[in-house]
Amino acid sequence: MSLGSNGKSTRIWSGATAALLAFGLTALGACAQPAPAPAPAAPPTAAAEQPRAGGQLTFIVGAEPPSFDGHRETTFAMLHPTAPHYSLLLKFDQNKYPAIMGDLAETWSVSQDGLTYTFKLRDGIKFHDGAALTAADVKATYDRIVAPPQGVVSSRQASYAAVLEKVEAPDPKTVVFKLKQPSAALLSNLASPWNFIYKAQALAQEARFPEKNILGTGPFRFGEYVPGSHWTGTKNPDYFQKGRPYLDGFRAVFIREASAQVAAVRGGRAQIEFRGFTPPQREDLVKALGKDITVQESPWVCVLVVSMNTEKKPFNDPKFRRALTLALDRWEGSKALSQIAFVKEVGAVMRPGSPFAMPEQELTKLAGFGKDAAAAKAEARRLIQEAGVPEGFSFALTNRDIPMPYEPVAVFLIDQWGKVGLKVSQAVRESSPYLQDLRGGNYEAALDFNCDFMDEPDLQLIKFLPKEKSPINYGRYSDPVLDDLYTKQSLETNPERRKQLVWQFERRALDEMAYQFPTLWWQRIIPHSSQVRGWRITPSHYLNQDLTDVWLAEK
Amino acid sequence: MLRPAGAWAHRAAGATSPRTGWLRSFVRRQQLGAASGAVILLMALVALLAPLVAPHDPLETSFLLMLRPPSPEFPLGTDAFGRDVLSRIIYGSRTALLVGFSTSFVGSSLGTVIGVASAHFGGKTDLLAQRVMDIFLSFPLIILAIAVVAVLGTGVLNVIVAITVPIVPRVARVVRSSALAVREMPYVEAARALGASHRRIILRHMLPNVMAPSLIMLTAYLGQAILLEASLSFLGLGVAEPVPAWGLMLRGAGTQFIERAPWLAIAPGLAISSTVIAFNLLGDSVRDALDPKLRVA
Repeated sequence: MSLGSNGKSTRIWSGATAALLAFGLTALGACAQPAPAPAPAAPPTAAAEQPRAGGQLTFIVGAEPPSFDGHRETTFAMLHPTAPHYSLLLKFDQNKYPAIMGDLAETWSVSQDGLTYTFKLRDGIKFHDGAALTAADVKATYDRIVAPPQGVVSSRQASYAAVLEKVEAPDPKTVVFKLKQPSAALLSNLASPWNFIYKAQALAQEARFPEKNILGTGPFRFGEYVPGSHWTGTKNPDYFQKGRPYLDGFRAVFIREASAQVAAVRGGRAQIEFRGFTPPQREDLVKALGKDITVQESPWVCVLVVSMNTEKKPFNDPKFRRALTLALDRWEGSKALSQIAFVKEVGAVMRPGSPFAMPEQELTKLAGFGKDAAAAKAEARRLIQEAGVPEGFSFALTNRDIPMPYEPVAVFLIDQWGKVGLKVSQAVRESSPYLQDLRGGNYEAALDFNCDFMDEPDLQLIKFLPKEKSPINYGRYSDPVLDDLYTKQSLETNPERRKQLVWQFERRALDEMAYQFPTLWWQRIIPHSSQVRGWRITPSHYLNQDLTDVWLAEK
Repeated sequence: MLRPAGAWAHRAAGATSPRTGWLRSFVRRQQLGAASGAVILLMALVALLAPLVAPHDPLETSFLLMLRPPSPEFPLGTDAFGRDVLSRIIYGSRTALLVGFSTSFVGSSLGTVIGVASAHFGGKTDLLAQRVMDIFLSFPLIILAIAVVAVLGTGVLNVIVAITVPIVPRVARVVRSSALAVREMPYVEAARALGASHRRIILRHMLPNVMAPSLIMLTAYLGQAILLEASLSFLGLGVAEPVPAWGLMLRGAGTQFIERAPWLAIAPGLAISSTVIAFNLLGDSVRDALDPKLRVA
């Protein structure tokens, strides 16, 4: 740990001490966030083992990347193959989640008033084309995220725009973030795995450059991308962290079908799939491979959400939307689907068990979350009638062509809606056209996802913000009440009061207006080859994907 | 003695009608084909009467009945959502037959029209039509179907279109070769000399004489269309859950639970293979029956 030279700084964080930030904002002497979720089970690796250099990691990716731009995309299909090519300003420490550590930043400090964050960059950081990385690149990256130029989509813009005033680069080694008001979540947001640091010059020439090109400072250089087949990376000899990465390279293979993914791991053609397998698949692999397979499990900051296009009838009627959520027996669905898919917990917008989660006694008061399924279905039928929707009304549920867990959850939804007299069919799309349809409003109802890299209301609530503020609100509604509640909770530094504001937001979004509603939260199960070391599961499949510390043990 | 004339002649004489006679002859000479025809007829009946025959609602899920092995209540077991596999197989036959019949019927009809018109008009029309057909024929059946689905999206209607598109040029090419021979026949020349219109020549003189190859192609592609539909659904490009479809049944839980619940894969697998075999055998038998060279005096 080093002490900053800035006289205004009150505290310095680096390395493991930054873990405090995830527990609460301490810069103002106030604990801004409640305690984090418990860390996932430790992988069975021997602490004394000496990492071994060399080898190629082969991992599975279940879908093709819609584009290569981390600022734009919200899918693992983009992140898993591209993350090893990029660096972040800060990142989460996989061994102490949700602690934060520096990536490009060596040290950082926060001013007394909590409005200025100053980051010092490491020495000798080079882009893969040989150019040196400077503070200007970090500034250009964050300018693009916070205020994207015309034609550029920045999916998480809202989580920065409310608090971030400007980013400055006073010298090539220093980046300064000026805030409008203190933020409890800024450092966590700066450790976002999506915030790849791009080269300023490339962005200046073409703002959409990262959508089709890879140019980062990460541990692996881009090899090749063969759509429908694979994506490769080779070790970056100029990587700023000496002795890393351990691997000579990686190969991401695109395998969509879950059964084929399992077969690939079972047959040794791939060593790991970073998203997750189902309980039956885990059992099959353990039974087949015994000690050659290692299983890591964790709760997951991921939920499937039903989005409805509120610009289309009858989805513009809150009564009809409320009926759709009321029709779902989530508690029974959880028991059944958790046996065949990687979904498990019932919860609202914040992950069940996480610091801001609504307790069950409050949750069961929300429409569709109660335990009397028969009464809820009767109420749903009444509301459908009141909304003037005829018995047997049919609509299409747009869904993604990733079978797990989209397909079983869709079957569950269609069955439940069928029980209140609705006829629903599925319109399955590949990731890219699926997202195009959602973004363009070319759908009636859709099975959407809300996955984040950590439990943080600023992140999880974005999807429910008005369409003007959130490009990932596919419901296409505007609601100043939600906007106001979001801002209030974001600025609230008292954890109890913040929690109450988050719950108010949830009640408004899921119950009163029922704009969109969660189905079931996911449970992450990663059975991987025991050869894979140096990788530890976290509650997010977006974290820890740069492969810096991953190595392969001898067979 | 007076002999009854016309259509009543056969009945009055105690003889069989030409159609019944042909059928009897077909059953006697093409026993395998006849048996296949019976299987297809049975399947069509089951599909038609599915609501009466199926023991359960094919869409009804039950969380308490997930992955049940075959039992008197569920003769083919239940799937991962507790749905009755037998009922889904029965209703799945509707999807298979709907896709199979509609694609092969539309495909061979369009192919026949294009093939005959191409042969009749000849010259640049024929050249252009055949080069377009060549382009389509250069793609394997399933690749072209996948490409069409990729453009149109999934769903029963799109799958029908996707399978019809590659069938059309294949039928057109075969029919055209027959039509070229027919075009040179004296009765067509005579019609042309008498000033008959193109429409009359095609519909009255040429089309009836190329119906045999067209019919053979239709039966031949029925099985292929059903297999293609199952393949597309298996690949996730066909019909979507919860529509009962055999390929879809194989794809989802069928592969995921194949070790612990093998009935999920066996039942739709058998349904697909027996149907395709039945259609292929029937197609072969129809071809043999219509081929004058193979007819026994």
